[in-house]
Amino acid sequence: MVSELASEPMGTVRCAERQRSGGTSAHSVAASVTDPELPMLTLADLGVLRDVDETGGRVVVSITPTYSGCPAMDTMRDDLVHALTDAGYADVEIRTVLHPAWTSDWISEHGRRALAAAGIAPPGPAPAGPVPLTLGRARRGLTCPRCGSTDTEELSRFGATACRALWRCRSCAEPFEHVKEI
Amino acid sequence: MSFDNVYEAITEEQDDSRWAFGTGFADPLSGVDATVPPGVTADECLALGDDALIMSHRLQEWVTRAPELEDEVALANIGLDLLGQARLLLTRAGQIDGSGRGEDDFAFHRDEHEFRNVRLVELDGGHFGHLIARLFVFSVWRLAVFGRLLDAPDPVLAAIAAKAVKELAYHQEYAAGWVVRLGDGTELSHRRMQEGLDATWPYVPELGQVPGFDEVVDQVLAAATLHRPEVGTVGAVGGKAGRDGVHTERMGFLLADLQSVARAHPGATW
Repeated sequence: MVSELASEPMGTVRCAERQRSGGTSAHSVAASVTDPELPMLTLADLGVLRDVDETGGRVVVSITPTYSGCPAMDTMRDDLVHALTDAGYADVEIRTVLHPAWTSDWISEHGRRALAAAGIAPPGPAPAGPVPLTLGRARRGLTCPRCGSTDTEELSRFGATACRALWRCRSCAEPFEHVKEI
Repeated sequence: MSFDNVYEAITEEQDDSRWAFGTGFADPLSGVDATVPPGVTADECLALGDDALIMSHRLQEWVTRAPELEDEVALANIGLDLLGQARLLLTRAGQIDGSGRGEDDFAFHRDEHEFRNVRLVELDGGHFGHLIARLFVFSVWRLAVFGRLLDAPDPVLAAIAAKAVKELAYHQEYAAGWVVRLGDGTELSHRRMQEGLDATWPYVPELGQVPGFDEVVDQVLAAATLHRPEVGTVGAVGGKAGRDGVHTERMGFLLADLQSVARAHPGATW
């Protein structure tokens, strides 16, 4: 059901009551909403979706921000409300959960494969606890998502979105993005 | 949806609020338990929120002016993280003080003497060495401060801090990396980096003593072959400094830039 919904373009899921009578749970609807900046991931894959509570006709969805300033949060809220409204849930509330803070470790295995398939190197394990400052540290060689080589280098710690860094493969010479460990 | 004209496409009347200008900005703490524990005041959230807001504004000014595209992207990303922290902290300040003020009220409708940021974040101008010196000091200090807030009495502040330290570790690493690269670089880059430190240091005493700050600063300066400036301190004015609402002459210009649109159209939404 999740994959069926996910394959439909946003806005085409109509006939709300029929959807519901067909057994689409609020959780599966919310879990199928994709990230606006990493559209190969659902919010569930990303680990942003923390809870979906369906009580009576009311749905409360809890999400947690990836980065404090992530501008996609507002879009995620809107997309969740739209998807649930379109699926027939009239009373939807989106709540922010700050604790515990999101970590890239919450990206699912399925999400990691989807990232790699889209040419984005998934994150390694996030550092546990405070990160001591180390200068001149050699960055761990990532696996190039295009050719599989580990002869790669970081070009920029900061990239097109808050969660991504820019890397380059020395073997195939292609640049690629990397979801940072946090 | 018609894409014959890009503007028609984005203004087309339809049930689609995915466009940034159509969404408004939701309360960043929406749904978070707003209970204020006894004894907690808004001072800390206000001060740390103002630091982040003003520093973020200064970083945004470097967009289109940084020496390399990668650094422009880095500075913009750091500014975005800080803006996010400011939004959370100022929203929380409005919950704690019971005034009902939201993030926009704090950012756009306060006068200079009501801002509680340290004066270091107001500094502007100079060359890239100046910017890196300010960002370095700020990042190391803020990370040390937030590291001590992880068990703050206010659970919302503690949660904001828990996220912020992850972001600040990246900021510190970026700034420290540039301090070493410039300081331990050419004769010219070394001189410029030291100039940046010399210009920033008079504002460091205002930050106060935070455990861990000096150790990291000394570690980085040693690796960068730079020295801790021996310069005077920009004193308080009548015993007051940034945390008391007394700012440098730059602050008025900064706020004029930051607030003019919001003040010309108070309460406007789009």
